[in-house]
Amino acid sequence: MDKSLDWREYVITRAIKASGYSAILFVGLIFIFLLREGLPALADVPPGDLLSTRWYPIENYFGILPLLSGSLVVTLGAALIAMPLGLGSAIFIAEIAPRWLREILKPLVELLGGLPSVVLGFLGILVLSPNLRTLLDLPTGLTALAGSLLLAAIAIPTIVSIAEDALDSVPQSYREGALAVGATRWQTIWRVTLPAARSGVLTAIMLGIGRALGETMAVMMVTGNAPVIATRWNSLFMPARTMTATIAAEMGEVANASTHYHVLFFIGLVLFLISLAVNVAASSVVFRQKKRAERILS
Amino acid sequence: MKSSMHINQNLSQRLGFSLLSLVMLITVIPILAVIVYIILQGAPAISWEFLSGFPRDGMRQGGILPAIVGTFYLTLGTAIFSVPLGIAAAIYLAEYARENVVTRLIRIAIINLAGIPSVVYGLFGLGLFVFFLKFGTSLLAASLTLSIMTLPVIISAAEEALRAVPQAFRTVSISLGGTRWQTIRRIVLPQALPGIITGVILGLERAAGETAPILFTGAAFFLPRLPNSPFDATMALPYHLFVISTQVPEMPFQIQYGTALVLIAFVLGMNLIATVIRSRARAKRQW
Repeated sequence: MDKSLDWREYVITRAIKASGYSAILFVGLIFIFLLREGLPALADVPPGDLLSTRWYPIENYFGILPLLSGSLVVTLGAALIAMPLGLGSAIFIAEIAPRWLREILKPLVELLGGLPSVVLGFLGILVLSPNLRTLLDLPTGLTALAGSLLLAAIAIPTIVSIAEDALDSVPQSYREGALAVGATRWQTIWRVTLPAARSGVLTAIMLGIGRALGETMAVMMVTGNAPVIATRWNSLFMPARTMTATIAAEMGEVANASTHYHVLFFIGLVLFLISLAVNVAASSVVFRQKKRAERILS
Repeated sequence: MKSSMHINQNLSQRLGFSLLSLVMLITVIPILAVIVYIILQGAPAISWEFLSGFPRDGMRQGGILPAIVGTFYLTLGTAIFSVPLGIAAAIYLAEYARENVVTRLIRIAIINLAGIPSVVYGLFGLGLFVFFLKFGTSLLAASLTLSIMTLPVIISAAEEALRAVPQAFRTVSISLGGTRWQTIRRIVLPQALPGIITGVILGLERAAGETAPILFTGAAFFLPRLPNSPFDATMALPYHLFVISTQVPEMPFQIQYGTALVLIAFVLGMNLIATVIRSRARAKRQW
């Protein structure tokens, strides 16, 4: 009986260990398949053409700059809206709201995080963009700005939840110390709590922006999908087209293994590498902070 | 002089707090407005026929049964693959792994999986499951794609739940002669179960609402019947909402809002279940 137990234990332990490594396996597989399907784009399209300013696949113009610029404008707009709202809400929830209000506000913001992006896109088409059009007197409401507003809504829950965690984990003694030497609560928040939580707050902003950059459906539905390069300040009020939306809109109609197919995978590869960079940077901020804390404690 | 400074500080604190309250309102009011608006606009569309019928007249009439069933199947398929794998990976990280380079690499991989754009998962699923493994545009390929996307959510939540179980529980079990796996199976897992279930539901909730990963891996524009094998393509609520709000001209608003309402009811219903399980477990917990 003991022997069969040993044997079972051995198999289960092996299986658990193998599962533990699965995350590495999947990231590796995703990278390999993006390379496999995306790199032939470099053979089909000269790099100079790939970095040109015209995206018009039907006539074999595969310049991805307009798509990069579209993603940049829409994400930048979203960051400008989501950062103050997200951080302000996180500070309010962590530092100002009484306990009962906190218990209402936190799930409410999480609720926004749980809303499918296609629902936001749907309301963007029917409610947001017609209102933007009349409000700002634009030829169409389907603009980069509409995309930015929806992306902000998608980034805010991420920013609030991570930043609120970071503020919450600042030791209470820090605040008590500041208050004891005569600082107001407001001064304590700005000069003590927020600086102490800054690495977590930075992570929150980076991951929020990362989510916005990778969002697809909401953006595809409301930005008007015009692949034009943002050259002036008012690009925010004109239609735009992001990298994610281009993949989602065009992959369904593309012949397998055609140049267009490979270029779309190449764009996916670019997106993958950007998200890799954002996430490695965000997690290294956390790791570095932890190390410093360990040094201080030892 | 001193008191005027004091008044100044009080004033700036009051101003600051009001500003933050305003920011909070600006964030929260649209969330409530969106949900209330969809309920009000969508409720008139909800009827037995809408929930149990097939779409008719180019989807402009009839019901959305195939989309509801499709989303249910996709969620189930995602659960079959991602739940055992995710929990096993969490057990490894919480109970077996030492803090070394490999473990750090696993953690970085999990963080990255969580951050990869959903449409890139769609591309990956197309490349691996649809073409390379020849599953075709199918329920199976879409479920597998969603599973990998859901995995980091489940692993993180389950690991946190396992780590929250006090070390003393393990020590006692081992000292009574239990093996490591017996300790995990009989002591740690049951204690961590509510936390794990909450994490699983939250992960599946995300999968149920996603559109981009199934766009090229398993979603069907229109299917006059229910999928009857894992190799069938399927309709799904989020994709259906996308289709009827962008691809079908002269679509009645009521059906669009009705579909949106069913989708958020599905997703937020799962969210509610997770919240109830979590708060019940917290109330009952003795440590």
